[in-house]
Amino acid sequence: MTTEVKETALTQKHISLGAKMAPFAGYNMPIQYEGLTIEHHNVRNAVGMFDVSHMGEFILKGQHALDLIQRTTSNDASKLTAGKVQYSCLPNATGGIVDDLLVYCIDEQTYMLVVNAGNIQKDWEWLMQNNTQGVEMHNISDKTSLLAVQGPKAINTLQKLTDLPLADMPYYTFMKGVFCGIPNVLISNTGYTGAGGFEVYFENQYALTFWDAIMQAGAAFNIKPAGLGCRDTLRLEMGFCLYGNDIDDTTSPIEAGLGWITKFTKPFTNSDALKAQKEAGVNRKLVGFEMIDKGIARHGYVINDLNGNAIGYVTSGTQAPTVGKAIGMGYVAKAFTEPGMEIFIQVRDKNLKASITKLPFVK
Amino acid sequence: MNFPAELKYTKDHEWVRIEGDVATIGITDFAQSELGDIVYVDISTQGETLSRETVFGSVEAVKTVSDLFMPLSGEVLEVNPDLDATPEAVNSDPYGKGWMVKVKLSDMAEIDALMTAADYTALVGA
Repeated sequence: MTTEVKETALTQKHISLGAKMAPFAGYNMPIQYEGLTIEHHNVRNAVGMFDVSHMGEFILKGQHALDLIQRTTSNDASKLTAGKVQYSCLPNATGGIVDDLLVYCIDEQTYMLVVNAGNIQKDWEWLMQNNTQGVEMHNISDKTSLLAVQGPKAINTLQKLTDLPLADMPYYTFMKGVFCGIPNVLISNTGYTGAGGFEVYFENQYALTFWDAIMQAGAAFNIKPAGLGCRDTLRLEMGFCLYGNDIDDTTSPIEAGLGWITKFTKPFTNSDALKAQKEAGVNRKLVGFEMIDKGIARHGYVINDLNGNAIGYVTSGTQAPTVGKAIGMGYVAKAFTEPGMEIFIQVRDKNLKASITKLPFVK
Repeated sequence: MNFPAELKYTKDHEWVRIEGDVATIGITDFAQSELGDIVYVDISTQGETLSRETVFGSVEAVKTVSDLFMPLSGEVLEVNPDLDATPEAVNSDPYGKGWMVKVKLSDMAEIDALMTAADYTALVGA
């Protein structure tokens, strides 16, 4: 395995903009430009642009493509029609999750799977293992760029650059068309911020042109580049899971609150066990919490009850700019999952009080 | 990056201003920039006498948490009372309003081990 840090088509652009860069999932990525909090508010209130070209894209093609997706993912992809997108996950055989992903239905025999950058190789091998019927598979990750233009002004920004009727595109749908004069660009009404907006998929060669055109189109709406730092605070305010933090190879989709994308309408990897788990009830659940005492919970911190007995652990935590409070998510024993219940986060030598909160933190 | 010449520095990215036998301590411009937006400074060692290199508190940024180390041995006389309400002062004015503690030094000879602004600038490559 190589430890070489990869670049997206825009890495040098981020450096030239003065971004603070750091390796993330094997890519040299912008963490912040002007400042995390400023960028966070700008996405919630106006519009921000994220380079998320590190994400992986696979094309699955052929008469058995849907069957492969149905057998490997938890959601029911047979509900998809051309132009629709679905959030789903790839369960593993031992009760955990290989990855979470988006499934794009291009047509009834062609699908695009969008997976986490850190899992591209793992997911590819997992799908190959399951590909017993000769589905044509293409890993287009290295030649595909992805810009997430997010925020209430994303639509005004992008509409200047395309004739596709963006206002008519419902959430979790997409269209392909001409963008900035380039044909066959895929634009989807999706994102990971809860702020509204679109994601634009295209070939690497257009990355610099598109970046500059979007910045220019958004100037009137105060568009700013946004780094992975605020991507994390924005998604956490929405209670969206981050693979590697909140879900992983050992957490089940039922425990993670992903029952809504776990449909037992068809068999899939480990579906019998997950169905039994759903019916019997889980022993622990992923919950949201707000800090009551002053302090910030971080990934891996122990969660205790009033008497100092461990009842779980923190999976994500931050100071949330829009909420204005320190918030987090974590797994806790079933008896402690009701909103309003008090839990205690072990922050170094202190046990800090927190309260279970209904997700999302931002409505 | 700004590293005032009249201050002393540590490899843990703290600055020290010596006035008589009292040292005012904070984190450097480089440290605040690396941490990003600071949201909470947690120091509960007021009145304690601590030796050099021990932890006297922690600073929480949105993304991460970092321990604060005593640059010099002594008694923590005072904690900046304004940081509770305005922790962002550590970002905006690290050598001024963002100061963290005042310490009564117990061994003045330790000062010799601190870095000059030039040494520190070389360390962080700024």
